Amino acid sequence: MAKIFVFAEQRGNGLKSYALEAVSAGRKIADATGGEVIACLVGNGVSNLTGQLAKFGADKILVADDSQLAAYSPAGYSTVIADAVKTEAPDVVFFSASAMGRELAPLVAIKTNTSVVADVVGAEWQGDHLQIKRPVYAGKAYLKIAVKAKPAMATLRPNVFPASEKAGAGQVQELAVTLSEKDLNVKVIATEMKSSGRPELTEAHIIVSGGRGMGGPENYPVIEALADTLGAAVGASRAAVDAGWRPHSDQVGQTGKTVSPNLYIACGISGAIQHLAGMSSSKYIVAVNKDPEAPIFKVADYGIVGDLFEVVPEMDKAAKQLLEK
Amino acid sequence: MKIVVCVKHVPDTETKVVIADDGKSLNPAGVKFILNPYDEFAVEEALRLKEAQGDGDVIVLSVGPEEAQSSIRTALAMGADSAILLKAGNSALYDGVAVAKALADEIGNLQPDLILTGKMAIDDYGHQVGSMLAELLGWPVLGTARELTFTDGKATISRDIEGGRETVEATMPCVVTAEKGLNDPRYPSLKGIMQAKKKTIEVKDANLSQSGFEILEMTYPPQKPAGRIVGEGAAAAPELIRLLRDEAKVI
Repeated sequence: MAKIFVFAEQRGNGLKSYALEAVSAGRKIADATGGEVIACLVGNGVSNLTGQLAKFGADKILVADDSQLAAYSPAGYSTVIADAVKTEAPDVVFFSASAMGRELAPLVAIKTNTSVVADVVGAEWQGDHLQIKRPVYAGKAYLKIAVKAKPAMATLRPNVFPASEKAGAGQVQELAVTLSEKDLNVKVIATEMKSSGRPELTEAHIIVSGGRGMGGPENYPVIEALADTLGAAVGASRAAVDAGWRPHSDQVGQTGKTVSPNLYIACGISGAIQHLAGMSSSKYIVAVNKDPEAPIFKVADYGIVGDLFEVVPEMDKAAKQLLEK
Repeated sequence: MKIVVCVKHVPDTETKVVIADDGKSLNPAGVKFILNPYDEFAVEEALRLKEAQGDGDVIVLSVGPEEAQSSIRTALAMGADSAILLKAGNSALYDGVAVAKALADEIGNLQPDLILTGKMAIDDYGHQVGSMLAELLGWPVLGTARELTFTDGKATISRDIEGGRETVEATMPCVVTAEKGLNDPRYPSLKGIMQAKKKTIEVKDANLSQSGFEILEMTYPPQKPAGRIVGEGAAAAPELIRLLRDEAKVI
């Protein structure tokens, strides 16, 4: 009878894809144990999102809807969530391993006197505790961990746990919000969203990434065209970012983003450990590289040895034909 | 300004991981350890603040094994003034809460104006100690900073979020965690390395609280079946796209 509490992250009054993944992950454990899923929604004007959470498995949806929560504030949000966790006394608390979830989980953990296991890629209930799987040492090893702290608090890596529709009871309950000055001591004073028109890297199902082999910033349209045909995000390796060709926000790898898309197409990327740490959990990996000895071919499911400037446009052409675009 | 920089001694990313005989930890033989790269950004930022103000004290604080002194020495060679090592057991996959509590206890004695640390350590990807430390001290935390400025007793950072950027401010004292791009860390100069040898590292026992989790086993990642080279050059492109659609079913 495991009780699973899920922080359902929203930004700009839209649920993040990984929020639904976390609810689904909770639903699976609840079903296996005859337990329940409690989703917690925090923001302002977010009540319309409860239906979606019910559809993906929330039995109870706690809504903290208040003008003081319109802008994200780590202290304010963590106070509201910690109070809800204390009231509900769940066995498990899930956040997403997103910018927001990674910041909130440790704050809520201290407020509720527990620990956090981060970047979790597998979770199941074992009799009386949560057992999780997570990578360490840049993905060169995995840990199986029995979480003894109560509640068992974890951040789940986006795009790893499948989001699937399976209705929960969906009972909505408003939370009273009372914040002190101290709870608002960190203020987000400006948010600037980029509108490339492409999906965001950590949420994308397909990523086309370019590395040193791109030769310069002026050549990225070659992979951007393929990305747009496939509805993909565009990424970059550290070499390309350090050279100043692409912004750090595009970087995939240990000192950039960790991604797990269904398909990762690495163009002109040699496959240094640094890079593999950020993308080796992708379901399918494609490598296009001139050098047949490049380490990227060791992790790739499919490879083409050749000049990316010749191969990628042909891939785009073939994909357009196949997808009839 | 008195600045405490919290650092961790971690295996180099490039190192080959060999699992120890206990099946639960890293075999440290032959592993090269380094100052956690994100903590290096934190050290650099502290030094720049001190230099900009022409005055200040940069204290390096670490929880780790005896050997962590080598990474602490790197921070001292970069220019930090002094260091404290809170000595803990060899397996560095600690519970973040235990580490944060040990750091908070020590920081209680130091009374800094600012705490800097990396956003995460590259060994365990915990991504939590900075925030936990702030919460234990009752201080605000500014996480994953790519830019940091100070005005009128307030710290302001700019950071990446999914699909954009956010500007966040907090009152001092606070904890700031460093993201790549905050600065370009200096290499220790020869003079710095010589001076660091004379600086003392105070070593105390950490007394870590009981871990909230138990490591059951450490395993190598599942071996993927060998990939397939579809072909050479542009001629192979249509077949690759067909495989992605019909075999992998991902497009």
